[in-house]
Amino acid sequence: MKVPILRQGACLIASVQDALSDAELHDLQARLAEKVGETGVGGVVIDVTVLDVIDSFATRTLSTITSTVRVRGAETVVVGIQPEVAFAMVQLGLSLDGVSTALDLDEGLAQLRGRGVADAAW
Amino acid sequence: MPPGEGLGEASIAVNGDADIVAARSRAKEMASAVGFSRTNQTVIATAVSEIARNIVVYAGSGEIVLRAQRCDGRWGLVAVASDEGPGIADVEQALTEGYSTAGSLGVGLSGARRLMDSMEIDSEVGRGTTVTMCKWADRRG
Ligand SMILES: Nc1ncnc2c1ncn2[C@@H]1O[C@H](COP(=O)(O)OP(=O)(O)OP(=O)(O)O)[C@@H](O)[C@H]1O
Ligand SMILES: [Mg+2]
Repeated sequence: MKVPILRQGACLIASVQDALSDAELHDLQARLAEKVGETGVGGVVIDVTVLDVIDSFATRTLSTITSTVRVRGAETVVVGIQPEVAFAMVQLGLSLDGVSTALDLDEGLAQLRGRGVADAAW
Repeated sequence: MPPGEGLGEASIAVNGDADIVAARSRAKEMASAVGFSRTNQTVIATAVSEIARNIVVYAGSGEIVLRAQRCDGRWGLVAVASDEGPGIADVEQALTEGYSTAGSLGVGLSGARRLMDSMEIDSEVGRGTTVTMCKWADRRG
């Protein structure tokens, strides 16, 4: 299932609804890059609260999204990584280098505001 | 009754990336039924995800069998991933963190080994690969 991407003020919010296959992760990456270009927003929030596994492929995709979005002039925050998911990622040997994270959507938006993304709250 | 007794086994055909999702969610369900903590359910599902992806990437297709059974004298969950792909020439090297023939991170096998309590790799070039890994059940169910 496609991840819905909504616009809220100066941000795009992608809320993952279900487990994602590699193809769906790729699709999210492509659509986010395109939408950031189209809308010229300053920030992107990716809500992964529902993901119960973030493996090497998902981690790599999240960091690729962050750098792709940055090239297009926007900042990304990944929100909602569950504690046990974070634990497994670290054990696996993964780190989210260069990827900003926050506890939840509100904190993610606050973080973007703090990083100068205008109108990140609504 | 020991944890996991009577839970049988699950076998998942792995032919594409959607099956990676199926394999890890089945692993999580089974780990939950065996009585693993939420953290260990996630740990097992993450390791299964890595070996399932290796099947898809390197062999194209294969199978994962999950079983609640004894391993090394303790109850646990065993995952066996097998394929008839190209095989691994040097298993030690494949288990080295950062080693990848695909230009990837090379964390899959070494990371899965760290996540689980044991891992054995049986591979022959031209014949295929079987990865057997196990996580011991939590002391309290
Ligand atoms: N089922 C398999 N069949 C053949 N070769 C395999 C198989 N699984 C792993 N390998 C080999 O072992 C190497 C290491 O695997 P590992 O999963 O650790 O890293 P990777 O797949 O290269 O990268 P990552 O998993 O981090 O994306 C692979 O690059 C590949 O050469
Ligand atoms: Mg791998």
